[in-house]
Amino acid sequence: MTGDIVQMGAYIGAGLACMGMGGAAIGVGNVAGNFLSGALRNPSAAPGQTAMLFIGIAFAEALGIFSFLVALLLMFAV
Amino acid sequence: MIEGKRIVAEETGGFAIYPMEQFIVRPLLGGDTVGLFTITNVTLWMALTVLAVSAVLVFGSRGRALVPTRSQSIAEVLYSFIYKMVEDVAGHDGVKYFPYIMTLFMFILFSNLLGLIPWAFTTTSHIAVTAVLALAVFISVTVLGFVLHGASFLRLFWISSAPLALRPVLALIEIISYFVRPLSHSIRLAGNMMAGHAVVKVFAGFAGALGIFGILPIVAVTAVYGLELLVSVIQAYVFTILTCVYLRDALHPHH
Repeated sequence: MTGDIVQMGAYIGAGLACMGMGGAAIGVGNVAGNFLSGALRNPSAAPGQTAMLFIGIAFAEALGIFSFLVALLLMFAV
Repeated sequence: MIEGKRIVAEETGGFAIYPMEQFIVRPLLGGDTVGLFTITNVTLWMALTVLAVSAVLVFGSRGRALVPTRSQSIAEVLYSFIYKMVEDVAGHDGVKYFPYIMTLFMFILFSNLLGLIPWAFTTTSHIAVTAVLALAVFISVTVLGFVLHGASFLRLFWISSAPLALRPVLALIEIISYFVRPLSHSIRLAGNMMAGHAVVKVFAGFAGALGIFGILPIVAVTAVYGLELLVSVIQAYVFTILTCVYLRDALHPHH
């Protein structure tokens, strides 16, 4: 075991930042699940809304990616 | 971004996996230093991406048969898919900017897919590459908005349908979210590509470490590879459709 306490803190922080992944998972699951339940109620309207589905997933995913960015910054920039 | 740093994911009796090693930028023609004009593996795979895109589209559109051949229908499906997306999302006056969006989609799609070939280099896994793509979109869309609408482009941030007391707060949020766009736009693509390819490499490393039981990680890596094919296409689609959304905001800033 080598390294100093700052590096240890950075690695622990990078690990903690992975919790943002769970938040992104909840968000993406929410979007996709609501799309599916709406699509099963009215299947004829579903194909026109797939673009909205992907935009919604992309926005929900973006916040999870910011936690990934924090992890990267802690690993390589601090 | 990750140059020169090796992350050891798993060590079993001297066996080590280096999942991040595939992202190291190396000079192609010997030497160690990477300068501004050094030919690296990134240069090679970007050139191959451009060649592949040109080959698919040029050979596909060469015959121009009424009943398309296989290569022609690939080119036609790609063209009409993007054309319909631009028309649906950005509106009819967004079709003028279709060549740029088609170029973006084809470059990202082929770069993602070529990166899945073993020993290939994924150019879109580097934030330096995707940041240039995202900044180009961000700057051109902002300039376009000001050229088309002048100062009234700023009404994009002043939501006139909201109550008056709420509008300054919303304007602040809208401005922050506007300037975060190039960041999330670029990191989404780079992050997905980097994470996906590192996962494939980690599973492949397990197969070497487990000996006879390595059949299990091989089955897993096949499934992950299939998922990565899907993610590669979806991320190219998402990058393109977000470009269309930003273009729509520049063309019609009044909500």
